[in-house]
Amino acid sequence: MSEKKPAVWLRAYALLVYAYIYMPILILIIFSFNSQKLNIRWESFTLHWYDVLFNDAEVLLAARNSIIIAIISTVVATVIGTMAALALQRYRFPGYNFAESTLYIPVIIPEVVMGISLLVFFAQAGFQLGLGTISLAHIAFSIPFVTLVVRARLHGFDKSIEEAAMDLGANELITFWRVTLPTIMPGVLAGALLAFTLSLDDYVITYFTAGPGSTTLPLRVFSMVRFAVTPEVNALSTLWVLTVFVLLLIGQIAQRKRA
Amino acid sequence: MTVQETARSGEKKSILGKIRESSRLQGLTLISPTMLYLSLFMIIPLLLVIILSFLARGPYGNVVYRFNFDNYIRLIDSLYLKILWYSLLTAALTTVITILLGYPLAYYIARVSANQRSILLFLILVPFWTNFIIRIYAWIMILRSEGLLNTFLLNIGVIKVPLEIMYTPTAVLIGMVYEFLPFMVLPLFASLEKIEMNQLEAAADLGAKPWRAFMRITLPLSLPGMIAGSILVFIPAMGMFVVPDLMGGAKTILVGNLIRNQFLTARDWPFGAAASMLLLLLTLVFTLVYTRRAGFGEEYLV
Repeated sequence: MSEKKPAVWLRAYALLVYAYIYMPILILIIFSFNSQKLNIRWESFTLHWYDVLFNDAEVLLAARNSIIIAIISTVVATVIGTMAALALQRYRFPGYNFAESTLYIPVIIPEVVMGISLLVFFAQAGFQLGLGTISLAHIAFSIPFVTLVVRARLHGFDKSIEEAAMDLGANELITFWRVTLPTIMPGVLAGALLAFTLSLDDYVITYFTAGPGSTTLPLRVFSMVRFAVTPEVNALSTLWVLTVFVLLLIGQIAQRKRA
Repeated sequence: MTVQETARSGEKKSILGKIRESSRLQGLTLISPTMLYLSLFMIIPLLLVIILSFLARGPYGNVVYRFNFDNYIRLIDSLYLKILWYSLLTAALTTVITILLGYPLAYYIARVSANQRSILLFLILVPFWTNFIIRIYAWIMILRSEGLLNTFLLNIGVIKVPLEIMYTPTAVLIGMVYEFLPFMVLPLFASLEKIEMNQLEAAADLGAKPWRAFMRITLPLSLPGMIAGSILVFIPAMGMFVVPDLMGGAKTILVGNLIRNQFLTARDWPFGAAASMLLLLLTLVFTLVYTRRAGFGEEYLV
């Protein structure tokens, strides 16, 4: 599309929607610097709540748990999800359609159903709920998303470069390592980034698979929000939004450079 | 075909056959970790829930292995049907409002210059990647009775008593729409971006008014995006329990809350499993009907 300039009213409308999207987030950020504890009206500027946040042992433990789980689930889901993407995009094999539809399950079932089914499974199989079960659950819902992203990248892949490498005497392993992998790497990294964020962000499935002592950051935020509106949550939220912003910016710049 | 050629093609076939065989094996090797993993941690757990929904709850919240349909029969109670109806209504309203709000925005993003477009998309992605509890919290700050909206309205004298928006169905809807808007805008944009400008120009050249061109060309061609967006919004909205938990108070219970409560507070797992199956069935029917219908509509309109 593009070329013809959009109408003025459409521009005004878009501006309004962006204001609607960003106003709550901006308010959140501004009030993280507010000295008033009840967080009703602006009093004066302070960094006090960031200090509180960084001395909150429970928040720090939750952050540590979240990062451990996110790293484990990202590594595992990226490796086996990429393998699945290669299989589905390159090969025909018995059970192809079954594999393809299985990968759609997490997209079309509500998270709460997946959460309780994992809870039932872990209880039945005698797993101790904790960081381990959360990681196992996160890997399960991340694999399909990694596969989806990597497949999209493989779609435009020119197979003749691989054939050229083979003609020049490279074996399959070397070809994969030196030709295929570098080409699909942006897709793999995008898939990994998605898996990492999904894991760091997940509340529902974590809620059903967590045990005592394995509170993650979203679980902690939830109980803080439920308990009271405190500026400490604002400080945490501000850091969260900022992190997302910087990570996305890096991703965008990297993409732009390549293009 | 000469004898030689026949022989050669036969040879070729057997080589191709071998290649096919080895490629089959490679494909199976590559897919097997994923299939093993998802069978163990997705398919088997779902099958367990199906079985569980036909069992009974014991006196201490344990599960009794007695096959029955009681859990499903219990669901046909006016209380549960009301919860179900309310969940359907909330999810449907959320979907419709995100379409109405998001369509013009996606249309605008698809029509600005490439540079502006990447900035606008980036700005959609930031809240999309930000934790959703944080986004709900932002609205709680605004909507609660001593919140920013009420403080502002009281100060300028528009209202005398604070508006009670929090802990109502309206609050839940506000939270849901805010939560899911990016899920609608992104697929809508993806399909609107693909529409070739010259198709619209051709329509204009043939005398179609802009509105007519929109109805006959743009809208039908953006239908796949609208379907994808609706599925991405409707399904999580149907199972949502966090927004009603934080913004709906005790009055608003959705199916998600019902299921969560059965598993964690009431400890009636078989009944919770039956409710989950009903939810799953509803979302599957929605997905099937919606994709089928839209597919038919597409053929009809284009």
